[in-house]
Amino acid sequence: MAEEVKVFGAWGSPFSRRVELALKIKGVKYEYIEEDVYGNKSPLLLKYNPVHKKIPVFLHNGKPIAESLVIVEYIEETWKGNPILPEDPYEKAMARFWAKFVDEKCLPALWTAGFSPENERAKAAEEACECLKTLESALNGKRFFGGDTVGLVDIAANFIGYWLRLIQEATGHDLLSAEKFPALFKWSDEFVSCSVVKDSLPPRDKLLAFFKARFAGAAQTNASN
Amino acid sequence: MAEEVVLLDFWPSPFAIRVRIALAEKGIQCEYKEEDLRNKSDLLLKMNPIHKKIPVLIHNGKPVCESLIQVQYIDEVWHDKSPLLPSDPYQRAIARFWAHFVDKKIYEIGTKIWTTKGEEQAAAKKEFIESLKLLEGELGDKPYFGGDNLGYVDVALLPFYSWFYAYEKCGNFTIEEECPKLIAWAKRCLQKESVAKSLPDQKKVYGFVLQLKKAFGIE
Repeated sequence: MAEEVKVFGAWGSPFSRRVELALKIKGVKYEYIEEDVYGNKSPLLLKYNPVHKKIPVFLHNGKPIAESLVIVEYIEETWKGNPILPEDPYEKAMARFWAKFVDEKCLPALWTAGFSPENERAKAAEEACECLKTLESALNGKRFFGGDTVGLVDIAANFIGYWLRLIQEATGHDLLSAEKFPALFKWSDEFVSCSVVKDSLPPRDKLLAFFKARFAGAAQTNASN
Repeated sequence: MAEEVVLLDFWPSPFAIRVRIALAEKGIQCEYKEEDLRNKSDLLLKMNPIHKKIPVLIHNGKPVCESLIQVQYIDEVWHDKSPLLPSDPYQRAIARFWAHFVDKKIYEIGTKIWTTKGEEQAAAKKEFIESLKLLEGELGDKPYFGGDNLGYVDVALLPFYSWFYAYEKCGNFTIEEECPKLIAWAKRCLQKESVAKSLPDQKKVYGFVLQLKKAFGIE
């Protein structure tokens, strides 16, 4: 039976790009459907993710799954080549721990630090840098969090590898720099240079323009508060 | 080699209770070390330096942190008895989705019920009931979320049942009225020894919540 694999995503979303990256690593062909997340969510999206009504949604032979890291683990378990998680239960638990740390601590802290009002910036930046410092310790001399190849944690940290650099360019505020976090900075270069990753990143100019507009919008809101 | 399993524990913590249920279901011998969270042990700080939180599962000296990660680890290592996650990848994904939902919705919103008042509390109660109803929908006609036996989502959600009495008293509402199926499910689970011995008494939890409210100056 022909496999039917679909991804409902948004071009700029690191979350739907995680799913696409996992599929590309596994060499799985899929159909991509762009959702208008700021305007009009499609009836199909609302049908397949009634609980959260968010992208990404993954469809495999008609069966839907939501939540990017849940989807990535499903992809790992369904298509066996090019593993993104270790076999050993302890190493697997460590990978899940760091993926969760990235998702629940790093990403919110980095986003807040990028777009917070002037008077809150220093504190937000300090918290974000604490996260980056902790994350750098997880690299522990490896090329990728997954070792020699991209793994679950690298996929989860895609935002840090690519989106963060563009936010820094758009806002003029550096959180991840070669001076402060040399290992993590090097990792981000390695990450975006991977052929499989390169193909699953949003276009640079379009994303930079998006962040510049967002930053200007945030500055306006902050100024009028 | 003898297995050494230690759990850094705290009796009312829903996250610790999850691990206790999983260990009991699998019949795993474990040394439970109760932590005083106002005076964290050197062992806790060493085994979970990043979050400094319980529960911490220490297996042959190696620490695993975060309750759902611990439950999955336990399921994978002690895989020959009482499986918690389904074997089918799609069913596993659905189980993980709902366990994550419990983390995001039940814990965070439940906390708002006892820490806030007025409009904020009313909104939290509404969202809490809505979330429980969604879970009831997922349970359907099955005896357990895991089907015929306790599964991953059962383990993720059950500990919060111990907190229901506290939420009800603080929020002045009855959960059973709105979600009878879920209460029936919880009582069914309590018939199991692994659950009965892992869940603290609801009134004791309420006493603990009152202490916390006093300590944090919450009315």
